[in-house]
Amino acid sequence: MILIYTENWDGKFKKLTYELVSYGSELAKQLNTNVVALSIGMVEDAELKTLGKYGASKVISINNDKLNTFDTQTYSTIISQIAERESANTIIIANNNIGKAISPRLSAKLKAGLVSGVENLPTSIAPFTVQKKVFTGKAYANIVIKSDIKILTLFQNSFGIIEADKDIEIENYNPADINLGTTVLETHKAGGKLLLGDAEIVVSGGRGMKTAENWKPIEELAELLGAGTACSRPVSDEGWRPHDEHVGQTGKIIAPNLYFAFGISGAIQHLGGVSSSKCIVAVNTDKDAPIFEAANYGLIGDARTILPEMIAAITKLKNS
Amino acid sequence: MNILVCLSHVPDTTTKVKFVDGKELNKTGVQWIINPWDELALTRALELKEGSGRKIKKVTVVNVGPKTTEPTIRKALAIGADNAIRINKEPLDAFSVANEILEVINKGDYQLIFTGIESSDYNSNSVGGILADLVGINSVSAVSGVDFENDSFKIKREIDGGYELVNVVLPAVLTVQKGIAINPRIPAMRGIMMAKRKPLQVVEPCNVEPLLEYVGYEMPKAKAACKYVETANELIDLLHNEAKVI
Ligand SMILES: Cc1cc2nc3c(=O)[nH]c(=O)nc-3n(C[C@H](O)[C@H](O)[C@H](O)COP(=O)(O)OP(=O)(O)OC[C@H]3O[C@@H](n4cnc5c(N)ncnc54)[C@H](O)[C@@H]3O)c2cc1C
Repeated sequence: MILIYTENWDGKFKKLTYELVSYGSELAKQLNTNVVALSIGMVEDAELKTLGKYGASKVISINNDKLNTFDTQTYSTIISQIAERESANTIIIANNNIGKAISPRLSAKLKAGLVSGVENLPTSIAPFTVQKKVFTGKAYANIVIKSDIKILTLFQNSFGIIEADKDIEIENYNPADINLGTTVLETHKAGGKLLLGDAEIVVSGGRGMKTAENWKPIEELAELLGAGTACSRPVSDEGWRPHDEHVGQTGKIIAPNLYFAFGISGAIQHLGGVSSSKCIVAVNTDKDAPIFEAANYGLIGDARTILPEMIAAITKLKNS
Repeated sequence: MNILVCLSHVPDTTTKVKFVDGKELNKTGVQWIINPWDELALTRALELKEGSGRKIKKVTVVNVGPKTTEPTIRKALAIGADNAIRINKEPLDAFSVANEILEVINKGDYQLIFTGIESSDYNSNSVGGILADLVGINSVSAVSGVDFENDSFKIKREIDGGYELVNVVLPAVLTVQKGIAINPRIPAMRGIMMAKRKPLQVVEPCNVEPLLEYVGYEMPKAKAACKYVETANELIDLLHNEAKVI
């Protein structure tokens, strides 16, 4: 059985959730088994049932107020209990903040080999071999998981969604005593902002933008495209943009369908965070900037004059 | 109160990686550094100690690695760590590395254990969480800040769309990312001199079997050459009609 941990955001699932279930269902075909989802939090039955559309045959739903606090020990204990009860042989989790926090603890509890950030199905089932990027995107490693139970975290936006209509059964489950080791003192959340990892288009700026004020057209372009905004490391170090927009080796690693790099030189550490993007567009005054080696489309010129022209061109396209 | 910082010894971030027969990293000419997040963790650990009014007594660094990692460990001592432990073993996977560090924690007295959110070689974001579970203590992931206030630690962790400030029952493992410190501390001349005399203890491994085996490496496929355009209109047209991404 393949167990999928399906996180929710205010009671709703996201494309990422369906991507995990799709991945699980495709893997289940190879392993000749079924897919069970595990949901923790207040999620309506109608929403839980949507997991069936991507191939889950059962969802175990846990709803307990104490679990509104994310405590890594508690969450991983519950998931491992379910994994054992259901005799899961593979566990699939998102490679995001929550997934990164629980997957290693599960690995220790279940003595299960963990490979994080996979993008594709295993290349072989026996031995169970998966591929993942290593050296921050510079190479792929082929890794054999030798333990009976395997844990994979899936890199967001790498696999896609596959529909597979299944009848899905809902089971409510109540975990035994919950002892939280974490106390949340304050929560700060900017409402409504598109998360970088979820964004299918990302508009990013580097030091070539010169000042924080010059981000206005970047934000305008992002809004027009329904895109997220990002930046290179020096830009966040300077405080022109918040740290959570920093992409690259030491920041976020993203794989949108389209990545715009305005005034970014394309240092190897920057590319480590964006090279999995399906299409990269670079705008830079320096024709020799390394970003052009990574780009699919390039425009040599001043980002500050080209941005308004692009905004105008897209507005025209939208109106036509 | 003591802090333990786990160090990974990794190729410099500008390294053009190559492999011997697609089986193992070609180490010829590679410069080695402290994993960038571990360096930030060490920087913050030292700041916490200095600001604690002697309540935090010691910052220890630990590395699982063969003798060739010692220059990296010495650098951490030069930056300001009080002492170091090297577990004499080639790291094979996160599970076996964490099991080695477990022994150090069981024998020591650490209230806070820092690991980087990942190491820039195998990018597996695993050691910290596995370690916490083996020891049986709490862990907080995606930590981007920590302060020492009234004898306890206030921890800032990233969540989707923002952050939370949390307290956690100690001892605990924190896996840290950028924000914990912005720039790493650079060793000063005095630090480099002192580092030579600071204790670097070598311990023998317990050799727990790894759960993973890295069987080979491949380079990413070469991508098509960049297509240059002259105007914004042309670019938008191609993105719409050719790449079909907008
Ligand atoms: C351990 C380590 C980790 C690192 N991690 C990261 C990371 O995670 N992410 C990251 O981004 N960097 C990282 N770096 C830093 C990285 O090496 C580069 O310094 C950084 O990416 C450069 O940022 P930039 O491209 O914005 O600036 P620059 O390198 O200064 O490039 C600015 C670019 O803008 C162009 N330009 C100037 N004016 C204009 C204009 N008007 N219009 C258009 N183009 C213009 C210039 O030609 C140039 O190419 C790391 C470095 C180290 C050592």
